[in-house]
Amino acid sequence: MNNTDSPLMKWFDTRFKINALIEYMSNKSVPTHSHSSFYYLGGISLFLFIIQVVTGILLLMYYRPGADSAYESVQFIISNVSFGWLIRAIHSWSANLMIFFVFLHMFTVYFTKAYRKPRELTWITGMGLFVLALSFGFSGYLLPWNELAYFATRVGTGMAGAIPLIGDDIMTIMRGGEEVTGATIGRFFGLHVAILPGLFTLLLSLHLIFVQRQGMSEPVAWSAKPEHKKKYMKFFPSFILRDLLVWMVVLNVIAILAVFFPDGIGVVHWPLGEKADLFSPPPAVIRPEWYFMFAFQALKMLPAHVWFMEGELFGILLFTIGGVIWMIVPFIDKDAGQNKRSKAFTYFGCFVLAFILFMTVYGYLVE
Amino acid sequence: MSEEKSRRGFLEILLGSSAVMALSAVLYPIFKFITPPKTAEANLSQLKLSFTRAEIELEAQKAKYFKYGKALGIIFINEKNQLKAMDATCTHLDCTVQHRPDLGILWCSCHNGRYGLDGTNISGPPPRPLSTYAVKEVDDVIFVSKGDS
Repeated sequence: MNNTDSPLMKWFDTRFKINALIEYMSNKSVPTHSHSSFYYLGGISLFLFIIQVVTGILLLMYYRPGADSAYESVQFIISNVSFGWLIRAIHSWSANLMIFFVFLHMFTVYFTKAYRKPRELTWITGMGLFVLALSFGFSGYLLPWNELAYFATRVGTGMAGAIPLIGDDIMTIMRGGEEVTGATIGRFFGLHVAILPGLFTLLLSLHLIFVQRQGMSEPVAWSAKPEHKKKYMKFFPSFILRDLLVWMVVLNVIAILAVFFPDGIGVVHWPLGEKADLFSPPPAVIRPEWYFMFAFQALKMLPAHVWFMEGELFGILLFTIGGVIWMIVPFIDKDAGQNKRSKAFTYFGCFVLAFILFMTVYGYLVE
Repeated sequence: MSEEKSRRGFLEILLGSSAVMALSAVLYPIFKFITPPKTAEANLSQLKLSFTRAEIELEAQKAKYFKYGKALGIIFINEKNQLKAMDATCTHLDCTVQHRPDLGILWCSCHNGRYGLDGTNISGPPPRPLSTYAVKEVDDVIFVSKGDS
């Protein structure tokens, strides 16, 4: 594909050597096999992030952080501003879908062992993005300052307070004081619209540069496959065009969901509800967003004391250890690095997935 | 040569330590800035509540909340028709407990934590009992103060 004939391309090419970039991209290829569809999951997550940046900027035009204004401004957005309900619905739907696709992306990468050498840092940056995505969810949840958000944030920040020695200081910094108040909204707002997007963009750039430099990971079984039996498609334009097509499908799905279910459906919902009231007890059914449900349920099931520790601390410790192991998996799974099947890690992944699924479903059932 | 090396080593240590000091000079004020200033704890000997027993009785859960300094408290009428007050913040993860006269307990709906009406943690995740307040009723006015009721 050579576009040097077009005057515009010529103009750019003399200045930025565009053709060299196109040449580079057209030499790249993407493996074609039965699990090729997994390669689109990262791109979908990226697209959903872009949608959130756009809708987030739009919501910023009317949202006013503060205990006396946050709830009222969200109410104003959804009831008075033209298409305000739609923008909020798209923001929330794309947020939930992004977390879902990030989970899917992470587990498919894990089970296909695409994290193995030489892609250790792609996995690590991906895990960083995963943690940031969850932080986006947690910080954004408080911003409407409604009843559910208020108590979810008290519990969530209270968990940080359970860490020995430094817990209280971390909790105070997170809350902007000892209690969840208007000061907390200010902090979460700054985190949600400035700090997290900045960090996310930085990590995302690294993640994408790594993917571009190294290309897509080939299946482990391909190492024993003769070259002529391996199939590939060109990254540019074949894969890119397919990627764009998938993005169009996702955009349409979001449009349908946002129009027909602006407040969400089932357990994935975000009704504005009542304004946070510090002098009222939490509603009888209180639960976090679905992607925190497994952790919430596990903590709920722990007894007050485990050995010499308080139950909540034991739970947090267990999750931290699990998270660290999960993060450094490319460095401890030596077999996968040599293109060997590493069953122990597959079983570990199955256990983690089963735990998350079981706790999530159980959490909703026991209510 | 070795003198050259030791001079280089010395310069590297100098450069390294100034880098650490420069970084700390940047990070320390940032860390202190994000730590909110401590507000003085109100030194209350006792608190006069703005509502009466009759108003508590009117509530469906026969309970009302009050602020004692920075702490949130709950005052309720127990099965013996006595007024009891305790800390309303669950000792598990900081949720607000509520009076459940139907079950005869104080209940935290966040993680299903249960306390007896004297504040002792009886089941679920709460690791410690709720601290109690002393309640005094003079005519129609309720006073609460720190300490056992």
